[in-house]
Amino acid sequence: MTETIRRVVTYTVYRVVALALTVVVGVYLAILIANMGGYVDQIRKAQIDEAVGASVLGDRSLQGLPPSELRRIIDQRKEIEYKRLGLDKPFIVRSFAYLWDALTLNLGRSEQLSSDSGSRQVRLILLERLPATLLLFGTANLLLFFFSLFAGLWLSRRYGGFLDRLVIALTPTSVAPAWFYGIFLILIFASLLKVLPFGGMVEAPPPKDTLQYALSVLKHMILPTLALWLSSIFISIYSRRTFFLIFASEDYVEMARAKGLPSGIIERRYILRPTLPTIITQFAFLLIGLWGGAIILETVFNWPGIGRLTFQAIGLYDTPVIVASTVIYAYLLALTVFLLDIVYALVDPRVKVGAEGGAL
Amino acid sequence: MTALRTGLQQIRRYPSALVGLGIIVGLIVLAIAAVFIIPYEEAIRLWRGGEDVWQESPRYAQPAWVNLFSAKKLPETIVLSTLSPSVKKTRSDKTVTISLAFDYAYDDFPSELTLFFQAQYRELLPYARLSWRTPDGREISLGERKLSASDRYSISQDTRLERRLGNRPPEVGLFAAPTAPQVPLKGRYELQITGTLFEEHSDIDAKLVVYGKVYGLAGTDHKRRDLMVALLWGAPVALAFGFIVAIGTSLTTLIIAAIGAWYGRWVDALIQRITEVNIILPTLVILIIVGTFYSRNIWVMMLAITALSIFGAGIKVYRAIFLQIKESPYIEAARAYGASNLRLIVRYMTPRVIPVLVPGFVTLIPSLVFLEASLGVLGLGDPVLPTWGKVLNDASTNGALYKGYYYWVLSPSVLLMITALGFSLLGFALDRIFNPRLREL
Repeated sequence: MTETIRRVVTYTVYRVVALALTVVVGVYLAILIANMGGYVDQIRKAQIDEAVGASVLGDRSLQGLPPSELRRIIDQRKEIEYKRLGLDKPFIVRSFAYLWDALTLNLGRSEQLSSDSGSRQVRLILLERLPATLLLFGTANLLLFFFSLFAGLWLSRRYGGFLDRLVIALTPTSVAPAWFYGIFLILIFASLLKVLPFGGMVEAPPPKDTLQYALSVLKHMILPTLALWLSSIFISIYSRRTFFLIFASEDYVEMARAKGLPSGIIERRYILRPTLPTIITQFAFLLIGLWGGAIILETVFNWPGIGRLTFQAIGLYDTPVIVASTVIYAYLLALTVFLLDIVYALVDPRVKVGAEGGAL
Repeated sequence: MTALRTGLQQIRRYPSALVGLGIIVGLIVLAIAAVFIIPYEEAIRLWRGGEDVWQESPRYAQPAWVNLFSAKKLPETIVLSTLSPSVKKTRSDKTVTISLAFDYAYDDFPSELTLFFQAQYRELLPYARLSWRTPDGREISLGERKLSASDRYSISQDTRLERRLGNRPPEVGLFAAPTAPQVPLKGRYELQITGTLFEEHSDIDAKLVVYGKVYGLAGTDHKRRDLMVALLWGAPVALAFGFIVAIGTSLTTLIIAAIGAWYGRWVDALIQRITEVNIILPTLVILIIVGTFYSRNIWVMMLAITALSIFGAGIKVYRAIFLQIKESPYIEAARAYGASNLRLIVRYMTPRVIPVLVPGFVTLIPSLVFLEASLGVLGLGDPVLPTWGKVLNDASTNGALYKGYYYWVLSPSVLLMITALGFSLLGFALDRIFNPRLREL
């Protein structure tokens, strides 16, 4: 018994350390990339130089001063601005400060973007966009997950039938991403039939009444949700169905059939149970995949979520926002992987913790 | 290797694989044809060219074949130039008379009217009087103007003329009959230019462009460019992008996984940790960062995508297979005769994974084709090359879907879809062939 506990503890510590290291290295890399190894500093300095130069030269009260004096004022203001943004210290020094801030989730202030309420706090900017992403991608992915799960189970019982062959035939269409289907859906339902909006999350001006507001959001959600759903429904059903079929051909399932157990029990106890770890994994990764949304789909549908925010942030060289989005994703991923290890041990008696390596 | 060969022979039993293969062969032929019909430099010149290259093609024109399916015939572009022999230009001592006459038999108004001049003179600018004659014999004065060496008169943008025509755009007002202003009057129109010259060697040349609403096989975009250039050239770009990146990542991943499995211990651990770090990094975000901050060059993008996908999920799959292979007797035999590590990895281990690799490789290509298009849609396509993604980007930034320019969105999308389907049909079939667990299902 003590042997088991010792093994569990060692294993847990090992996993936590390994995951923490992965997160630290991953986030540091993300910081380096988001700053292009310090190259973004030069872009920012050039922007400051230009803005300061323009503001000083355009300032009426400073007109008439000799050029050398103007030069001095420009340089002085530039220095202040550099110092304000920390650009006076070398990048490598700041990169570790950034890393520490990111890891402690001290997300700081953005450089250009602001939330709709006018705040520069990255935390608030992200929180403002999060509901939109969660609403759209949560709905679409949950629909997708449960629909494909049940459809896959249903098809695995009727494999070889017309619907089964239809799904197999349609599976290759899933190679196209959601935004691609989005374009077609916009073309058909918004442009030709004019029954659904082109994009956005709510009509302008937003309705005052809560019910009307909800209905308007719902109407705007239909096309992006459908696009997401269409882009992966066939491959999801196909892979579920194949997965269940593989498990359904195991000897113990044959044995259960031979014993004459009802098909409902066979499905629940002999097919779903052993596939549970995989299904849980997929579900967990689906949930963390919600973070970040989908950059292009949100851009195509003008959906005010995290994906479009990230795209805007990159366009404005707003590295704090990019890094914040990445670090949250990294934490979510590491946490999920860790929790999955534990959940595996709980749902799957075959997994013996710490015996032989681990997943991921 | 024999496994691969027998597997490939089975393709014949899968109609979807044959369809996919047919599409791929067709695309490759199209890509080669594109490179021969429009050589690289010419394609770049056409695609990057502005008004000077595309002076004679309309904006936002639909493909010409739409006329086949509709009773209402949309106009094609009519170009009349004094440099062509069919146009009458008579010159006496001090005057030049140019008659630009054409038959107009379409059911819709032109999209634009522009008159280009070229005048020769030393000091004194020639002078021209313009007059428009409709089929029903009305004569509308288009005013008088002094002509410089190279001059243009955008008739459609002449607001004074528009007011004179009863507040209708000139390209409508000049073609409409007073009794039925909704449709253009069919028949022979004539633009007469009477030029007065003040010098002996002075001369005037004129070109009238009546811009239509249909053009070529693919239509045109907001910059008057023939979309055919981009649609044709999109094929070789997409295919090259997909093939090169897919080969680069598959082979590198394979070899790295083999090395990790073979040497084990810290090498393997290092590769595993790199893979985990890489999974944390958001690929598309990094690609957008590279495109925005650094360079949109297609080679840079390909390198970035390859670098980010080498340590992907594939490495774990290959590693698991290699760990099994490593223990098999033939490897032990090879070791016994003294084969080097390199020989063992390259000649004995990697070929065994090829049946798993091939379907993965084929299904990787369409996702790369779409990735390239995605970057194009975000405005991060290669700044020089014409690609399908960039056409889609142009279309969406110019509101093609709002304004009803469906051809602009549909033609690149359909090509993208066909390409992707070709590879994924083949890839799924190969997966079923090489993956024995799937074969019966």
